[in-house]
Order: sequence, then structure tokens, then C-alpha cells
Amino acid sequence: MTALLQVQGVSKSFGGLRAVQDVSLTVTQGSLTALIGPNGAGKTTLFALMSGFLRPDQGNVSFAGQDITGQAPHLNAALGLTRTFQIVQPFAAQTVRENIAVGAHLHLPQRALALARAEEVALQVGLSSQLDKLASDLTVAGRKRLEMARALAARPKLLLLDEVLAGLNPQEIAEMIPVVRNLVAQGVTVLMIEHVMQAVMNLAEHVWVLAQGKLIAEGTPSQVTQNAQVIEAYLGHGTAARLRAQHGDKP
Amino acid sequence: MFDPSILWASVLNGVTTGAVYALIALGLTLIYGVLHIINFAHGASLMMALYGVYFLKERLGIDPYLALPVVVPLMFVLGYVLQRVVINRASHGKDENILLVTLGLSIVMENLALLFFKSDTRTIDTAYTLTTWSIGSAMISLPKLVAFVGALVVSALLLWMVRGTDLGRAIRAVAKEKHGARLMGIDVEHVYAMCFGIGLACLGAAACFLLPAYYVNPQVGNGFVLVAFTIVVLGGMGSFAGALLGGLLIGVVESLGGLYLGESLGQVGIFVIFIAVLLLRPQGFFGART
Amino acid sequence: MKDLRNVILFVLVVALVPVLTSSGVILNFVMTALYACLLAQAWNILGGFGGQFSFGHALFFGTGAYAQAILQLQFNVNPWVALPLAMGASAMVGAWVGALSFRYGLKGSYFALVTLAFAEVFRIVALSVPFTGAGVGLMLPLQSSAAAMQFGTRAGFVWLMLGLVALALCVSVWLRHSRFGAYLQAVRDNEDAARAIGVNPFQVKLLATVLSGGLMGAGGAFYVQVFQYIDPGIAYGPHTSVEALVGAIVGGMGTLWGPVVGALALHVLADLTRNLFGQLPGINMVIYGAVLVLIVMFLPRGIAGSGVSVRAAWQRWTGGRS
Repeated sequence: MTALLQVQGVSKSFGGLRAVQDVSLTVTQGSLTALIGPNGAGKTTLFALMSGFLRPDQGNVSFAGQDITGQAPHLNAALGLTRTFQIVQPFAAQTVRENIAVGAHLHLPQRALALARAEEVALQVGLSSQLDKLASDLTVAGRKRLEMARALAARPKLLLLDEVLAGLNPQEIAEMIPVVRNLVAQGVTVLMIEHVMQAVMNLAEHVWVLAQGKLIAEGTPSQVTQNAQVIEAYLGHGTAARLRAQHGDKP
Repeated sequence: MFDPSILWASVLNGVTTGAVYALIALGLTLIYGVLHIINFAHGASLMMALYGVYFLKERLGIDPYLALPVVVPLMFVLGYVLQRVVINRASHGKDENILLVTLGLSIVMENLALLFFKSDTRTIDTAYTLTTWSIGSAMISLPKLVAFVGALVVSALLLWMVRGTDLGRAIRAVAKEKHGARLMGIDVEHVYAMCFGIGLACLGAAACFLLPAYYVNPQVGNGFVLVAFTIVVLGGMGSFAGALLGGLLIGVVESLGGLYLGESLGQVGIFVIFIAVLLLRPQGFFGART
Repeated sequence: MKDLRNVILFVLVVALVPVLTSSGVILNFVMTALYACLLAQAWNILGGFGGQFSFGHALFFGTGAYAQAILQLQFNVNPWVALPLAMGASAMVGAWVGALSFRYGLKGSYFALVTLAFAEVFRIVALSVPFTGAGVGLMLPLQSSAAAMQFGTRAGFVWLMLGLVALALCVSVWLRHSRFGAYLQAVRDNEDAARAIGVNPFQVKLLATVLSGGLMGAGGAFYVQVFQYIDPGIAYGPHTSVEALVGAIVGGMGTLWGPVVGALALHVLADLTRNLFGQLPGINMVIYGAVLVLIVMFLPRGIAGSGVSVRAAWQRWTGGRS
């Protein structure tokens, strides 16, 4: 069980606001894990700190044994760490194929090869029929898939998915879950920020809970949903009870 | 290196010029602070106002200071209409389009002036053009002194309007949160147009104060545009106090620069400051926002 | 591929014109139209493909022009050798300005303002420094010979400019079909998303500025050879900056043929106006400004750009490609 990403004692403040306070966690290779917590807890900030979009005030981040604290995102991508964004960021003026090709180019300098790889990846996430559509013409679900496909084309070892299910209806969520599972089957380690608890229960092997910038709990999904602090800070008693009923007392 | 009285004269000169620069920059600050657009047409609009003041004097004999009640409202209307009819329509919601549209407008204005008025530099003669007063050991021309006072008065009026009137409250609301303001029933398009109008009205006032001590030709706007931008960026986009102080500072820098480096190279000092501020401290020194 | 084939066709067709006619009027028109195309193409590389709007592109034009003149006048360099050196000089200025601007994260309006400021600084310096002839400018002595890059007839200039335009077109084709071009457009469309998947925005934007600056400098060098004269106003003044950007925008930013179409359209318009109204000072620029405003208002993707989107929409509608 090798540690792929190690975050140690990471903190970040903006002016007087302590967005992330002394957070430490380890993501093991090949795992599908989740980061949950109320809005404003600092989850996206933590992603930004991990991927290099922000530099931590304290603490360090290492990836595959290498210290990447504050290293620029594009360098981290070359090492195998990519992320998606909470609010999707497509290259709106370009087609789906061209979008994904940008990701593919990280390891494939030739245009023809990158475009071909884009087709392969589009197949994996279910966008084959929309390859020549403009990214701006896609639905929200389509854009989410595009976001994933683009990151996937860059052959990541670790993919940070930021609320990939947000804004999707139940049908679309049900269709997206196997896509995410498939990523792990392909050998990609996934850490996802999610609010859709059903998905978290279904997918995640291990969950971290962030509230007000601090890590308040971690464990398996059922452990975490039974944690009193987590229930207080985020889930609420009703949801916790429902989740327990649906998923039993799996260890 | 220079005689203190020469330095003092230069500083005084710079302060009075700076006040007018500040007045020009105030309008730009309002427009940027609320609409978040860089109005490239600001210089050309000033040039139009200057021509307006010029022709009012030459054709109708109206003294520039007396022309204030004519020029200021006219410029306000021009600004309101431009924003409502042209700029708003052309933006399609993208900032880069607004950039291009205001650039286009400035090109049209400047070259229409070239077409109709030719490139001759024109000045006006009034009874007081050559009057000077002495302040300390330096002589300062009366028109410049009046410009200084006028700029301060207009700045005060502007500040009062933004703080103390309903329109000012609406403007501040729209500047902070456009959608929220719209939901509260504020007519955002109207507020935008009002701001643009007020911004140009400030130019009208600046033109009335400027012409007696200065001149007009179609290119005159260019010189003012970059100076105005420098001040706005220096003072912190969106800060009135910053624009005021920035204007005075720039005026003094230009004056002292001209003293030590000669007229044209002195101007370089301003642009170098501009570039330096943009690079090193784009939020300015009193920055309300980046 | 198709793009390259079209470029070759274009070059061949235009190259034939001086062979088929010796009419001074036609050749002059073709020469000046190609010149406008080059400027628009150069701007398009940074502005259209790169999304970084420069309002002071004359900075590179003027540097190329002065370099071309000074190399010949002060250092007796052969003009054919001076041309690539002049392009190198303007490319270096591009590197310098780009490095400064992008190192400090300037974008959008700020970048436009900074380019404007730099152009003004260079203009004022050129006005004050004897090295550039100060306000008087520099004059190249008349030497009607191909060796001196001052052709007796316009034909030589047409072929020279065609070569430069072909170079610019090839660069644009390369941008459309290469990793660098894909990275450049990704940075234009969404810089953060591009960073997340391995693009180094600084490097990419910097190289685009260098390419754009170099080509613009070629335009400047060419100007000096044709008109044998350069001064600070022509070199670094707003006229050239505006001509370059309006051509690219009117034609369609970020497309291959957009700048060509746009520059040609504006050029024809300017010629028509001159024939109708005579040599009125400033009328050209009024037209450029008005067209810019109208295009942004009604046809923001430009002529060719709208053509591209219309064609794409048509294909989608008729199910041309799934």
C-alpha cells in the first residue's frame, strides 16, 4: 500500500480567514477516496494547495515521494497529478476532441496522436458521439465528463475530482458513477470532493471530513457517517440515519 | 541642483496640473469602479469637450468658466447615450469586447476631429489668461489656480454624491454586486449609463478648467489617456481618494521630470511609473480592488 | 494537409500577378494589401490565437523599422542581411515585454494598457535620441536595385511581401496543427484549466509574443525599404497598432484566413473612401474605428470567424459529421 500523495500539517490563511488549518492526510495508490464537509470548509482550497494553485503557509505536500509543496500546477501535471474544477472550465471555443487533445498532448507531442488519444478517452467517458461538438454546446453532465476526459488524457496517477456530480440529476449521477469507478479500474487513483452522499457511500473506500478548515474525522464511509462530530457539523441526524439504514453497518 | 524657488515653482505647477489630471482620472475611476471597464475613449472624450469649450468661446463668446453649465450637462448626455446605445450593446457580456469598442470609439472621435478641425493647435484668449498670482516665491497663472480649486470642488461633489445620495447608494450597490442589485429592483443599465455620463461630465468640467491654461488639437486626448490610466492604477482602481492623491503626485512628477530631463523625456517618467505600478502593484496604493 | 495546400495555392496565385501585369496601380494595391495582411497576421498570433490583446503592436513594428534603417545607415549591413536581424530585434523586444508582462501576470485590459505604454515610451525615446534621428527621423538613400532591396518596380516588393506573408501564414498553420498552438489556444480559452493539465502559460505566451513581434518587425523593415523613411510617429504611433488589430478582428481572430480577409476588406474600404472623398486627413482611421465598433457589435467573430461558425453550424445541422 504505497502512499501516493502525502499532505502534512498544511495551513493556508487569506487575510484573517484561516481557510485550511493543519491538515494532514495520505492518499494510497489505487484507492478511491473522498473529501466531504460543509460549504466553505476549505475543501477546494485544499485541492488547490495539493495541486499547486496555491502555496501553503505552513506544511508540505509530497507526491510519489517527491516534495511538490507550492510547485506550479503544470509541473505537477507532468508528474501525474491533475485536477478538475468545481465550476467546469471548458475551452469553450474548441470542440470536445480538441479539448481532450490538450490533455493528451502532455505525453504526446504529435497532433495526430493526441487527437487519436482524445477519441479513445472520449470513448471511456461516454462522449464519443459528441467529439465534434463545441464544448460550449454540451450539457452540464457533458461538460463534467469533458472535464474528466481532459484530465484523464494527461495520464494522471492521481486525479483530484472537485464535485464532479454537482448539478447533475439523479439519472445523470447514476450514469456517472460507473465512469468514476472505471477510472480506478484503469489504475488511476482518485480523490473526490463530493456532497452527493449516496455516491460517497457507494464509491469511497476512505473518507476525510473537513469542517472550518480542520480535519474533524476520517475513516470508512459508515464509520464517518456514525461519527457524532460529523453529524453535528455536516450531515445532520436525518441524513445520517437514512445512510446508516441504507448501507447497514459495513466496516 | 536647482534653486529652491525654481523647485517650488515646479512643484506648485505640478500640483495645479495634477489637480486637473485628478479630475480627469476621477471620471475614469468611477467608470472603472462601477462598470469594471477600461474606457479607452476617455482621452478622446476630453478632447471633444475641449473643442466644445473652444467653439463656445470663439463662436458664441462664452467664457469657459461660464460654459460649465452648458458643457457639463452636454457631456453627461453624451456619456449616457454612448453607454446605453453603443457600449452596452456591443459588449455581449465580454470584457474584451468593451475594450475594443471603447478603442474604436476613441479612434472615431479623434479622427473626426482631425477631419473637421484639422490638426492645428488652438488656444483661446481670455482677459485672465496671462494673469498670475504669487504664492510664496513662485508665480502661478490664475487659470491654473482656478483649475486647482475647481478640481477640488468637483471631487468633493463627486464624493458627496456617492456617499450621500440615493443614486450614490445605487451605484455602490451595483459596483459591489450587480445581480443582487438588480434583484433589489435597481435598474442596472440605467446606473451604468449614469456612471458613464457622470464620468464624462467630469471631463466636461475638466475641459472648462483646462482650456484657458492649455490648448486643444485632435491628438490632445492621447497624452491625457495614459496619464489618466496611470493615476487610476496608481491610486487603486475604484478609489476616489487614491485618484485625487495619485493625480497630484503625477502632476508633480511630470513637472519635476520636465525640469530635470526636459519636456519630452519628462513624460517618459510617467509611463515608466505606470508600467512599474502595473507590474509590481496593480492594486495601486489605496486599492479598493485588484 | 488542407490548410497548407490552401496557403500554397494562395501564394502561387498572388505570385502570378506581377507576371501577368505591370500596371503600377494594381501592383501597388497588391503590395499594400499584402502589407496590411502581414500586420494583421502578426497581431493575430498573439491576439487571436493567444487571446492577449496588444494595443501597442507598433512597438515591434517600429523596432523592426529602426533596426533595418540603422543597420544599413550606421553599420553598412546589406539590407537582405538586415531584414532577419531586424526581425530578431523586434522579436527580442517581444521577449522582453512579454517576459515582464507575463511574469507579473498581466492580462486583459492591463496587458493592453502596458503594451500601449511601452509603445509610447519607445516613441518618446526615439523622439529624443540622436541614434534614431530624433524628431527628424531616418532616411535611406535611394538605390534602385534588388541588391539594395529597393526594387525599380513594385513587382519585387510584391514578391518580397508575399514571402513574408507566406511565412506568417505558415506560422499560423503551424499554430492550428501543433501542440504549441493547442497549448496557446488553451491558455487563451481558460488559463487555469490549461495549467491543471500540464501547460506552462508563461512559456507559451512568451513564445507567442516573440513570434508575433518578429513578424510585425518584418513589416516595419519592409516599410522602411519601400518608403525609405521612418520617424517616431510612423514607427511607434497608434496608426500601425490600430491597423494591425482592426484587420485581425474584422476578419476573425484566431482563424487562419481571418486576418487576410479583414486586412483586405479594410484596405479596399480605405481605397474606396479615398477615391470618393479624396485625401481627407483622418478619414481612414475614422473608418477603421467605426468598422471596429460595428464588427464588435454585430459580428464579434469577424467575417471569416462567422463564416467558420456558420459552416460548422451547417455541418451540425445537416449531420455532416456525427
